[in-house]
Amino acid sequence: MQKITSANNYDQASLPDLLPLYYRRVFPFSQYYRWLNYGGVTKNYFQNREFSFTLKDDIYVRYQSFGSQSELEKEMQKMNPYKIDIGAVYSHRPSQHNTVKSGSFQALEKELVFDIDMTDYDDVRSCCSAADICSKCWTLMTIAIRILDRALREDFGFRHRLWVYSGRRGVHCWVCDEAARKLSVTARSAVAEYLSLVKGGEDTVKKVQLSDPIHPLIQESLAVIEPYFPSYALDSQDILGSKESVEKVLALMPEDILCQSLINPVQFNAV
Amino acid sequence: MQFSGRRNKKLIPDHHAELYGHCLQFYGQPPVENISLAEFETFAVERLKLLKTVENIGVSYVKMSDPYKKKLEDELKKLHFPYRPAADDLKSQIVPTEHEKRRKDHISHFILRLAYCQTEDLRRWFIQQEMDLFRYRFSELQYYSKDKEKEFLKENHLHYDTVSDEEKSSLMDKLIRSSFYVSGPKVQDLEFYKVPFQDALDLVRSRKVFLRGGFAFIPHQEIVTIVLNDFRTRLSKALALTARSLPVVQSDERLQPLLSHLSHAYVGQDYSIQKNIGKISLEQIDSLSTKSFPLCMRHLHKALRDSHHLRHGGRMQYGLFLKGIGLTLEQALQFWRSEFIKGKVDTDKFDKAYAYSIRHMFGKEGKRTDYTPYSCMKVILSNLPSQGDYHGCPFRHSDPELLKQKLQSYKISPSGINQVCLRDFNSAE
Repeated sequence: MQKITSANNYDQASLPDLLPLYYRRVFPFSQYYRWLNYGGVTKNYFQNREFSFTLKDDIYVRYQSFGSQSELEKEMQKMNPYKIDIGAVYSHRPSQHNTVKSGSFQALEKELVFDIDMTDYDDVRSCCSAADICSKCWTLMTIAIRILDRALREDFGFRHRLWVYSGRRGVHCWVCDEAARKLSVTARSAVAEYLSLVKGGEDTVKKVQLSDPIHPLIQESLAVIEPYFPSYALDSQDILGSKESVEKVLALMPEDILCQSLINPVQFNAV
Repeated sequence: MQFSGRRNKKLIPDHHAELYGHCLQFYGQPPVENISLAEFETFAVERLKLLKTVENIGVSYVKMSDPYKKKLEDELKKLHFPYRPAADDLKSQIVPTEHEKRRKDHISHFILRLAYCQTEDLRRWFIQQEMDLFRYRFSELQYYSKDKEKEFLKENHLHYDTVSDEEKSSLMDKLIRSSFYVSGPKVQDLEFYKVPFQDALDLVRSRKVFLRGGFAFIPHQEIVTIVLNDFRTRLSKALALTARSLPVVQSDERLQPLLSHLSHAYVGQDYSIQKNIGKISLEQIDSLSTKSFPLCMRHLHKALRDSHHLRHGGRMQYGLFLKGIGLTLEQALQFWRSEFIKGKVDTDKFDKAYAYSIRHMFGKEGKRTDYTPYSCMKVILSNLPSQGDYHGCPFRHSDPELLKQKLQSYKISPSGINQVCLRDFNSAE
């Protein structure tokens, strides 16, 4: 199982040569524009969208906006950004925000975006850490995507979900339903909290507290995880393979199950 | 409120009796009467005391638990605010009468709107405390009189879509699992409502409701959260409107000093004014961290020294604190750079990736806001720590056992440790 590292496939130093080619031959401008224009239903929706570019040498420019697809194309081909951030749709053209009366320039709508980062799983993967990813731990990403996608679709009724690889060590999900774009800040944080189960920093050992009975969201998510667990945890991550690892697992088990395993050791050793 | 200065001698007593038909209200209509400046000031100050108590109780106790409710009831009684539908209120001779309490409630709320409508932070604080107060009173209303509850909802034009029996039985198992305090047989008899999830955010946030297709399925007894959501939306809109008429009010010299005093009163100590710039040297920080730092900052400092790194949440919380105790920008840059270099970061990377955000904290970049250090409330309630983080409040976010061990290692007396650990910080919402 090969680690996907920069040495094999990608060298940042060659970007200045490759990016112009990419933006002229490969980048899907018409699909990109078609998406962000949303059918031209709301006036100036595309024109009032903020884009931010990260250029060579980490130069970051905000408040870029474009009047049309060809304006966007020309600018991107001129600047050759290393990274593009899609911002919110504002009340006025972002490129003209300085001309607007202070306080009037406001963000109006934005897709609901989820960012899943592999480093958040460092405590349950032993094959890689930090920015490294491999096909062993990528399974975690698959599971996460399946859990989240089901919840967004069935619980929240969101129909327009775009999943993309972030470019480094994770994925993004862009929820583009009108209802999602219009969500308030409080609503967004409520959705995020609804979907949160792992809580606690370095000072918390047991980061998952389950209620009894468990909520349908957790129940459905467990059903997604179960088929993956034996091959991921027991085989490829080998969580019972070392004393240290076994202790870590035991520290997470509920008291009553631990006690039962001491009373009936035979039952529990027969895994 | 009328500030025209014209004497209006027409008071309408009958109108008042209707206006204050319940012990709580949505504050839809502003008061229309004259009051003295003294009463204006007393009402405002007493409501502020009440709201500050609401805030404090909410951090020390689980909201709506018995001790929480008892404390809140005591405070409401002490300050003469209404808290419960009283059977014989209107006939009572005890002063202040129930009617007077409700009038005070009405007027004081509107006065505080003037003081708390100006900034996002003030509005958010005001709305949060008013909501907690409303939640308590509504639950008392529900408990003491189902009829009055129905009446109150009807009068305020609140009605919700019910879930059909067929749908209910097909979702029976899931409804039971998500409304965990309601048992099987009861679900059959309970009325369920279907509301868009955006109208039930508190239930969604704490995962106390079943969601399907964007709708939240609410059992009758949880209707309070929907009502609260409505309350929040209305109040939020009202505050925005109030802010626009504020210049007129502020031009009244009698009111301006009081209103500005009121809106600063809740913040407590003001650490935004830099009184101690340059009075701390970098060499002092290690010893100060054990002698004078609050536990969270001591914790962050040690984590920084041990791993030569802190994630964003920790950098913000600790960085702003260091600014607050007097570190200059140059000192801060030196401090963080020298520590990060010992880790995996070289000077180049530090200058590129981290120096910008330190300068940003000091108001030297971007929109140039001179950020103030976080208050305890902010540290406890926002930006919860997750795996790899060392920020937050140890009293709230650490495992009780680990916290105890840490306090013991700092040589805190056993009785002191017990006092701290008995307070149920971890389960307060």
